[in-house]
Amino acid sequence: MPVIVSCGTYIPYGRLPRETIGRSWSIPSAPGERAVAGPDEDSVTMAVEAGLNALADADPAAVDGLFFATTTAPYRQKQCATTVAAALDLRPDILTADFTDGLRAGLCALRSACDAVVAGTARSVLVVAADCRPAEPETQAEQVFGDAAAAVLVAREGSGAEVQGSFSVAGEFVGPWRTERDRFLKSFDARFELNYGYVRNMVAAVTGLLERYGVKPEDLHRAVLAAPDLRGGMEVVRRLRIDPRRTAVQDPLLAGVGDTGAAQPLLLFAAALEEARPGERMLLAGWGEGGDAFLLEVTGKVGCGRSVQHYLRTRKVLASYNAYLKARDLFRREPYVPKSSPVIYWRDRRDLLNFYGLRCRNCGTVQYPSGRACFACGAKDRGEPVRLARRGRVFTFTLDHLVYGDYSDIPVPRLVVELEGGGRVFLEGTDCDPEEIRIDMPVELVLRIVHRGAGFNNYYWKCRPVREGGVS
Amino acid sequence: MSVKDKVAVIGVGYTRFGEHWEKDAEDLLIEAVYEALEDAGVTLQDVQAGWVGIFYDFTGCGGSTVSDILKWFGRPITRVENYCASGMDAFRNACFAVASGAYDVVLACGVEKILDQGSRGLPGIGEIGHPVYGSVSAPGMFALAATRCFHVHGWTREDLALVAVKNHRHGAAHPKAHFRREITVEDALRAPMIAYPLGRYDCCAVSDGAAALILARPEVARTCRHKDDYVLVKANALSVHTMLPMYQPGFDYLGWPATRDAARMAYAEAGIRNPREEISFAEVHDCFTITEILNYEDLGFCEKGEGVRFLREGIPYIDGKLPVNPSGGLKCFGHPIGATGCRMLVEVTKQLQGRADGLQVRDPRLGLAHNLGGAGTTASVTILGRRD
Repeated sequence: MPVIVSCGTYIPYGRLPRETIGRSWSIPSAPGERAVAGPDEDSVTMAVEAGLNALADADPAAVDGLFFATTTAPYRQKQCATTVAAALDLRPDILTADFTDGLRAGLCALRSACDAVVAGTARSVLVVAADCRPAEPETQAEQVFGDAAAAVLVAREGSGAEVQGSFSVAGEFVGPWRTERDRFLKSFDARFELNYGYVRNMVAAVTGLLERYGVKPEDLHRAVLAAPDLRGGMEVVRRLRIDPRRTAVQDPLLAGVGDTGAAQPLLLFAAALEEARPGERMLLAGWGEGGDAFLLEVTGKVGCGRSVQHYLRTRKVLASYNAYLKARDLFRREPYVPKSSPVIYWRDRRDLLNFYGLRCRNCGTVQYPSGRACFACGAKDRGEPVRLARRGRVFTFTLDHLVYGDYSDIPVPRLVVELEGGGRVFLEGTDCDPEEIRIDMPVELVLRIVHRGAGFNNYYWKCRPVREGGVS
Repeated sequence: MSVKDKVAVIGVGYTRFGEHWEKDAEDLLIEAVYEALEDAGVTLQDVQAGWVGIFYDFTGCGGSTVSDILKWFGRPITRVENYCASGMDAFRNACFAVASGAYDVVLACGVEKILDQGSRGLPGIGEIGHPVYGSVSAPGMFALAATRCFHVHGWTREDLALVAVKNHRHGAAHPKAHFRREITVEDALRAPMIAYPLGRYDCCAVSDGAAALILARPEVARTCRHKDDYVLVKANALSVHTMLPMYQPGFDYLGWPATRDAARMAYAEAGIRNPREEISFAEVHDCFTITEILNYEDLGFCEKGEGVRFLREGIPYIDGKLPVNPSGGLKCFGHPIGATGCRMLVEVTKQLQGRADGLQVRDPRLGLAHNLGGAGTTASVTILGRRD
C-alpha cells in the first residue's frame, strides 16, 4: 500500500491584510490576510521550497519520480517539473511530469503517484503542488486567493500516512476558468459555481470513497476538505454528515493564507498531519472538474522539514496595496530586458540549479562557480563535483541602489556568503529588511526568479535570513 | 626588461573632464592629442606608433578609433582595454615599445565618451559577464570592501567622508576638474545612498574626457621642447587578479592584492625601499573613498589597517608629508574610464615639472600614479621622476 512518508509546505513571506485591499477599492473586506508571493517567486520556486522540506530527511537520489501540479505553470510549452527536479537535485533517470490547468491537479498527481508505487514502476514519487493565481483587482478573488505550495513523498513502504483507498469522479463543469488569453480567472456566477462545481463534486467524490471502502463518516478521526470559502466548506461537511465534534475537520487556512488553488488539498493535508496521531483514520478530498478523495491511516510520524506553523508565523505584512501590485506585477512598467541565454543556462545547469561546486583534489578548496582551474592553487581539472550547502553566513554585503533590472524593491541586498562546508557565493538577498543584514548573519538559500531576460525565467538561488532557529 | 630611465615623457595634453554635451569622442581626443603634440613640439608625422585606452566599444573599437579621428593612417595603433586601468595600460605598452628601441616617439592616450549613453552609473555594467550569476554596480563591488573594513577595523562612514572632503579641497583649485566645490563631512553624510555604505560623495562621477602623452627615447627628449624638464619613467607595473573576488575562497576584502603586487614590482624596478619616504606625491585611483584608504595601505604608504589613521594624521593632504591626489582625483575629475590613467600621468608629469594646473606639490622628485580596474582586478602602478 502506498505510504506518504513525508510532506513539506511553503507559504511566502509576504501577507496582505484583506482590509488593506478593501480600503484601497472602497469595498467590503473579508477577515484575515492572504499570502502573497514576492516579485521573484512563482509556482516553480515555491514548489522547490516545499519539495526541499519534504526531502529534509530523505535522500534525493532515492526518489524515482517528480510530479509538479499547478494551474499557474510559468510556461505554455516547457515542462516545469524538470526545473524543480534539478533544484532538488533528483536523479536524471526518473519520470517527471506536470499536472496542470485544473484545481484537481494536486490530487490527480497524488493519485498517479500512488498508482505508480503500487504498480511497482517507482519506489517513491515526490508530488509537489504550487499555485499563485493572478486575481483581477477589485474582485472577491483578489481577497480570497493566496499563494502557497505543498509536497508529499509517496513511497511503496514505510511508516507515515498509509493510503488505503481513493476515489475519483470526473464531472464536466465550466467555471471558474481561464483561457489561454485570459490573464485573470473568469467566473460566470459564484453561487452556481459554489453549489454545482464545488459542493456537488466534493460530496460525490467523498460519498463514493466511503461507500467503496465501507467506511462511515463517524469512523473518520480527521477530515481534510479543500474549500474555496468558509461557508462552502461548512456546507460540504453538513452534506457528508460529518460531525465536527467526532471528526476533527481541518481549518482550510483561508483566514491566514487564502485559497491556494491546486496547492490547497496538500497544504491542508500537511497541516492536518502535524496534529494527527498514529492510528487515526483520515479523509482527504479536493475538487475541480470533478473530485478526488483519499482514505488514509496514520501509522507513524510524517516528517515535514519546516512546519506549516513555522510558515504561518514567519511573515511580513506588506506596507500597502501598491506593494502587492508590484509584487505580483499587476501594473505595467517599462520593461528592462537583461541579457539572457538558454544556452548558458543549459550548459551551467549543474551549478545553477543543482547547485554544485568543485572540491579541488589537490588542495581541498571548494570553489563556485565551477571552473577548470582551482581558484586557490590553480591546479587544472582536479575538481570533483560537490553539492553545496544551502546555508551559510554573510561575509560582507552591500545594499545596492544603483540597480540594473526590473526590481520592485530598492536597495537590492547583495551578499558575499560563506557556505557551510565550503564555497563562497555572491547572492541577492530576498524576503528581508535590508536594514537587518549584518556580517556573520546566518542565511539560507532559496530558489527564485532572478530575471526574465529574453522572455524566459532565469531561476537561480537567492538568500534570506534564517528565521526562528532554522529547520524544525 | 626594465623601462627605468629608458622612456621620457616629452609632452602632455588633456581636456577638461566633465559633462561634454556638445563634444564627442573626436573632439575630446583631438583636443588632448594636439595639446600634447604642441607641448612636445613635434608633429603627428613625427609619431611612429600609438596606444589608446578605451573601455566601452561605444566610444570606439580597434586602433581605427585613433587613426580615423586624427586621419593618421598607416601607423601601428592598438586599442587597450583592461577595465578602469585601460588608460595606464595603454601607456605601459607604449613604454615598452620605446624602451625596446622599436620606436623613437610614440603616443599614449585614452578617451571615453560616456554621458551620451544616458545611464545612471556606468552603462551596461549589468550586462557584463554571466547572465544568471548576480551582477552588481561598480559602487556595489567596492562597498563590499567598505562593509568588511567597518566590521574588521571599526571604520565608519565619517572616515570615508574625510577622503571626499580632502579631494574636493584639492580639486576646487583645478581648472580642468569636473567638480570644483569644497564639501563638508556633513554634506557627504547627508547625501543619498548609492550602494550602502557608499553615498553619493563616496563615489566618483561619470564624466567625459581625454588625455594624451607623447613618449620618446631620452636621447630624442634632449632635442625637444622640454629638453630641460622632461620626465623619466622610473617604473611601470601591471598586476591582474580576479574579477570575481566575491567567489574567491579566503578573499578578505581588506584591500586589493593587484595593487599590492603592482606596487611591489614597481618599487623593485625603481629601486624604492621606503615608499612613504621616497615618493613625493601620488595620484591614486579613488573611484570610491574606501578605495583611496585601502590604496594607502596597498601602496605601502602605511601598514595594513592604518589607512584611516594615515588620513586623519593629515599626511595625504596637499601640505602633508605625502600628498595624495593633489589634483582632486577621480572624486573631482570623474572617471571617463579609458582616459583616467593617462590623465593621472599628465598630472604627475606637470607636478614634477612644477607646472601643475591645480595645487602644486612643493619640490617633488618622484611621483606615483595608480590606476585600478574591475573589482580591484587590474592594478597599474607607474612611477615618474625628474630627469636629473
